[in-house]
Amino acid sequence: MLDYESLKLIWWLLVGVLLVGFAIMDGHDMGVGTLLPFVGKDDTERRVVINTVGPHWDGNQVWFITGGGAIFAAWPLVYATAFSGFYWAMLAVLWALFFRPVGFDYRSKISNPTWRKTWDWGLFVGGAVPPLIFGVAFGNLFQGVPFSFDDHLVSTYSGSFWALLNPFALLCGVVSTAMITFHGAIYLVHRTQGEIQWRALRAAGFFGGLMVLSFVAAGVWLWMGIPGYVIQSAVEGGALPNPLAKTVVREAGAWFANYRAYPATLLLPALGIVGVFAAQALARSGRSMAAFWASALAIVGVIGTAGAALFPFIMPSSLDPRASLTVWDSVSSRLTLNIMLWATLIFMPIIILYTSWAYRVMGGKVTAAYVRENSHSAY
Amino acid sequence: MVSEQLVDLSRLQFAATALYHFLFVPLTIGMVWMLVIMESVYVMTGKPLYKDMTRFWGKLFGINFALGVTTGITLEFQFGTNWAYYSHYVGDIFGAPLAIEGLMAFFLESTMIGLFFFGWDRLSRRQHLLVTVLMAVGTNLSALWILIANGWMQNPVGAEFSYVTMRMEMTDFWAVVFNPDAQAKFVHTVSAGYVTGAMFVLSISSWYLLRRRDVEFAKRSFGIAAAFGFASVCSVIVLGDESGYTVGEAQQTKLAAMEAMWETEPAPAPFNLIAIPNEAEMKNDFAIEIPWVMGIIGTRSLDKQIPGIKEIKAKNRERIVSGIEAVTALDALRRDQNDEAARREFEEHKADLGFGLLLKKYVSHFDQLTPEIIEKAVNDTVPRVAPMFWSFRLMVALGFAMLLLFGLALWHSVKGDFADKPWLLRAALYSLPMPWIACEVGWFVAEYGRQPWTIYGVLPTHLSVSTLSVESLYGSLAGFVGFYTVLLVVEMYLMIKFAKQGPGSLGTGRYANEAHA
Repeated sequence: MLDYESLKLIWWLLVGVLLVGFAIMDGHDMGVGTLLPFVGKDDTERRVVINTVGPHWDGNQVWFITGGGAIFAAWPLVYATAFSGFYWAMLAVLWALFFRPVGFDYRSKISNPTWRKTWDWGLFVGGAVPPLIFGVAFGNLFQGVPFSFDDHLVSTYSGSFWALLNPFALLCGVVSTAMITFHGAIYLVHRTQGEIQWRALRAAGFFGGLMVLSFVAAGVWLWMGIPGYVIQSAVEGGALPNPLAKTVVREAGAWFANYRAYPATLLLPALGIVGVFAAQALARSGRSMAAFWASALAIVGVIGTAGAALFPFIMPSSLDPRASLTVWDSVSSRLTLNIMLWATLIFMPIIILYTSWAYRVMGGKVTAAYVRENSHSAY
Repeated sequence: MVSEQLVDLSRLQFAATALYHFLFVPLTIGMVWMLVIMESVYVMTGKPLYKDMTRFWGKLFGINFALGVTTGITLEFQFGTNWAYYSHYVGDIFGAPLAIEGLMAFFLESTMIGLFFFGWDRLSRRQHLLVTVLMAVGTNLSALWILIANGWMQNPVGAEFSYVTMRMEMTDFWAVVFNPDAQAKFVHTVSAGYVTGAMFVLSISSWYLLRRRDVEFAKRSFGIAAAFGFASVCSVIVLGDESGYTVGEAQQTKLAAMEAMWETEPAPAPFNLIAIPNEAEMKNDFAIEIPWVMGIIGTRSLDKQIPGIKEIKAKNRERIVSGIEAVTALDALRRDQNDEAARREFEEHKADLGFGLLLKKYVSHFDQLTPEIIEKAVNDTVPRVAPMFWSFRLMVALGFAMLLLFGLALWHSVKGDFADKPWLLRAALYSLPMPWIACEVGWFVAEYGRQPWTIYGVLPTHLSVSTLSVESLYGSLAGFVGFYTVLLVVEMYLMIKFAKQGPGSLGTGRYANEAHA
C-alpha cells in the first residue's frame, strides 16, 4: 500500500481527472443542449442536433455521478460541507439536470410542437445551468466559504444563496459556461453538416472568444483583488486528517504562490488559451476531430489552472480559516483511498475502452435523412 | 441542538424521494432480463417477432429508465445536501461502494443503453445481444453495490471509530462487500425487481389478449413473463431476507418489531399470523399464533431463541448507560488527545458510543441527564410495532398472491390455453400494481425498521442531518413535490399512450394501431 501522503496527492489528481472527464464528456452534451434552440431552427434540425448526443448523453452523465461518488468516498468532509453549504445551488443543479433524461428521451415521442419546444428549452436549462453554477461555486472557493466546525466536526454554514452570486463568482460562471458551450459547439461542428455546422462554427467563434476574455479577466481580478489562503503551521502530509489542527491566514497574492514556486504550472493557463484558438482554427479547416481534442485540452488547462492556484486548499473557510478543507485533512482513511485507487485504475481504462467503442459504432455525421428514416426510434 | 422538525422534514424528504425513485428501479432491474431473453430467442431463431418484442418492450423500458436516472441523482446528492454529518461520519465506508457502483456498473449500463436503442442497424445481431446482456449485467451490478452500501447501514461490519478523525473508518473492505445482510438484501431486492418486470409484461400482454389484438405478439410475451415471473417470485419468497434476520442486532430488533414479539418465547417461537399490538403496555391485545413457525423460519433451527422486544430494550438500557461514559470520554479526548485516563475510559466503552449518542436527541450536555430521559432513549431503540407488523404482512400477502397468479399463468401457458381464459387474463391485468406496492412496503420495513439509527448502533438519525434551516427544507420539499408530480404525470401519460398503442408504435407495418410517420 502506498504511503498516506502520496495517496492524498494522487487523490487530488484523480478528483481533478474526474472533473476534467466530466467537463469533456458530459460537457459536450451540455453544450449541445445549451446551443440546441439556437443552432436548430426547425424541428428536423433540432432532432439532428439532439441525435448527435442521443446515444451518449446517458453514459456521459455518469462522469458526473461517479465524480460525486468519488468525492464522497475520497473527500467525505468536502462532500458533506460543500453540498450542505451550497444547498440551494446544488438543488438548482439537480433540478436543472432533471430536464435532461426526460428531455432527451420523451421529446420526440410525441409530435405536438408545443411539447417539443418545451423540452427543447428544458434541454437548454439542463445544459446551461449546471456549468454556470459549477463556475460560480469555484469562484466562491477562491473567496472562501463561510462555514465552521464544532468539536465533533458538525459543520455550520452561515451564508445565503444570494451571497454566492457575487460579481467575481458570476465571472467564473461565465468562464465555465462559455467553456462548456464552446466545447459543445466544436462537437457539433464535428457531427453535423451544412447549415447547422455553419451555425455551430459561428457559435464556437463567439463562445471561444468569450471564454478566453472572461478567463483572462478572472485571472487579473484574482491577481489584483482576491487574497488567497496560506497554511502557516507545519504540514504533516502523512498525519491523520483533522481540519482543526492547523493555522491558516489570508494573504494578498497567495493564490499565485504555486505559480511563483513552480513556473512550469503556468503552462496550464497557457494551454487553456492556446487550446481554444487551436480548436477554432482546426474546426475552420475541417479537421473537426482534432478540434474536439484541442478544445478538451483547453478544458484541462482551465480546470488545471484553478486547481493549481488553490492547491493544497479545496474549500477555504472565510469564517474560521483554520477549518479550511485541504488535500491533507479532509480525506478518507489510507485504506479507503487505496481501495478506491485500485478500483479507479482497474475500471477507468475499461470505461474508456467501451465508451470509445460506442462512439465508433455511432460515429459519422447525423443528417436530416437519418432522423426521417428513424423517426420512431431516434430522439 | 438540532430541532426535531428539521430531522422530521429531512427524513420525510429522503423517504419521499427514495420511495419515488423506487417506483422505477425494480421495473428496470427486471425488464432488462426479459429483454435479454426475448433478444436471445431472436438471435437463436431469427424470427422478427422476437426482435419486435425486444424493441417494443424496450421502448416502455426506456420511458421508465429515464425517470429512474433522473430520480437516482437526487439520492446521491441528498446524502451531501441533507445528511452532511452522516456523510462525514461514515463517508469513509459508505462512499466507496457508491463510487465503485459508478465505475463498475452505472457507466456500463448507461453506455450500453445508448447502443441498445440506437445500435440496431449498426451492430450485428450478436453484437447487439452482447450490448443488451452488458446493460443487464450493469443494471444488476449497480443494485449490488447500492445494497452493499445499504446493508452496511443495517449491519456496520468492517469498520471502527477513530476519535482523532471523529468518524468511522474502514478496517476491512471485504467484510463490507461480503456482509451477509447485503448479500441477502441483494438477492431479495433484485428478485423483487424481476417479479415487477414480469408482472408488467404479463399484465399488458393480457390486456392485448383480452382485446384480441396483436395476439401472437402478446401470447409470446405472456409466456416469457409467466415463466420468468414464476421463477422470480419463488426466489423472492424462498430467498427472502428472512434468512438474514438473525445475523445482526439491527435485524433482530426489526424482526421483533415486525413480528410483534414482546417476550422472548421458548424456542421454537410461535408466529403471530394476526395481532393487535399494544405499544403502551408492550403486549398484543389479540393474536392468532401458529406454534413453532417463527422459530423455524427465523433461526432455521428448533433450539435457537429469538429475543423479544422487552429483552432487546433491557440490553439497550445497559448499552446506553455505558454509552454515556463513552461520549463523556470522547469529549475529553477531543479537548486533549493526550488525556490517557480518558483514552482508557473511551476504549472500554467505545462499542456503546452510538447508544450514548442517542441521548443527544434530548440533551446537549450530559449533566442534564435524568432517568426519564434515559428511559425515553431506551424506548426509542425499537421502532413502533404496528406499522412494522402490518406493512410486513401486506408485503408477504402480496408475495403469495403473486405466487398464485404466476403459478396459474405458467400452468396455463404450458397447457397453451391461457388466451382463452379471460378470468386469468383479467386477474393478471388487475394485479399490475401488486409488485410496486410490495416493493415500496418492503423498503419501508427495511428502513423504518432501522430507526432510530441511520447506521445501526453507530449513528442516530437525529445527529445525521445537515444543519439547515427548517425553511430551506420546506422549500426544497415543495420543489421536489412539484417536479416529481409533473414528471410522474408526463411519464404515466407516455407509458399509457405507448402501452395502449402496442407494438404498432414501432412502425413496422406488422401490427394493429400502426404509427404514422
